[in-house]
Amino acid sequence: MKLQQNTRLALFSLLEFASDPERQIPAAEIAQKYQVSSHHLAKVLAELSRVGMVQSVRGVGGGYRFTGNARRLTLMDVISRFEDVLPAENSQREETPVGQALASVLSEIDEIAKASMSSITLATMLRIIERQQIGPEA
Amino acid sequence: MSKITSQSTSTERPKKARPSASPSNPTPATGSALSIRPVRRGDLNAVIEMDAMVTGLEKRDYWSSLYRRYADAVATGQHFLVATISDKVVGFVIGEVRDWEFGSPPCGWVFAIDVRPDARLSGTATALLHAICQGFRKAGVSKVRTLLSRENTLILSFFRSQGMMIGPFIPLEMDLEP
Repeated sequence: MKLQQNTRLALFSLLEFASDPERQIPAAEIAQKYQVSSHHLAKVLAELSRVGMVQSVRGVGGGYRFTGNARRLTLMDVISRFEDVLPAENSQREETPVGQALASVLSEIDEIAKASMSSITLATMLRIIERQQIGPEA
Repeated sequence: MSKITSQSTSTERPKKARPSASPSNPTPATGSALSIRPVRRGDLNAVIEMDAMVTGLEKRDYWSSLYRRYADAVATGQHFLVATISDKVVGFVIGEVRDWEFGSPPCGWVFAIDVRPDARLSGTATALLHAICQGFRKAGVSKVRTLLSRENTLILSFFRSQGMMIGPFIPLEMDLEP
């Protein structure tokens, strides 16, 4: 499964904000960290702000801060804001048995991916990140 | 939160006796009142009531059968633990160590965990899971597994939050022709 750039940026940003919810983080800081244009990131943050996942704080020292519930907000909640998560192919539309069989297998994979994305919250992601930073030997 | 229950695909018992595991010493989630201990016969009605409250179906025979199989069976790697607050049963967990099932080295399986709706979101399920994992450790295994519906994203989220990841096994099924 490959995520589009906007989706990845949204997840990177939300995880940055959720890791320190009290802090207002300037968009430029995130843009620099992930090597993306501020203009591109601004569009993503505007969407996150529109749906109430982050709040924009204007003025000196302004930026964005996390306003969601990290223990409830799942990866799928974010992904579905930026891309079509419905099954790409419907086996009913396939005309050949081979096409139908292939669509059935791909649908199976999609369902497993969706179940994973729907069950991992931002809080869980932060724990996974923390474990990876500590490393397997710790 | 809906019922926190997962069901394994097999009901076979472990084949080897294992060292006994004492009741765990979990971190209290709601002050000092929460404690976790092996189930007693007197707890069974509360467990049945809790399950019926969540599923809408009373399964007395099923739970009585589980009690007979799992109560006092820690020595064989089977655990049926309850969480209590002020002597009231607010949750339970059931699991066991299974050897070489599905070609897997011995590991712990959690196949049922549930917390009363009015006692949720306070760490009770986490304490129950930690307790049964401690029992598995004492039995000498270093892996714990569970199995549940991929539609059950809430409960998947609970296990994910505990650090569980998708394992190397893929469940398969098919409809049997009459």
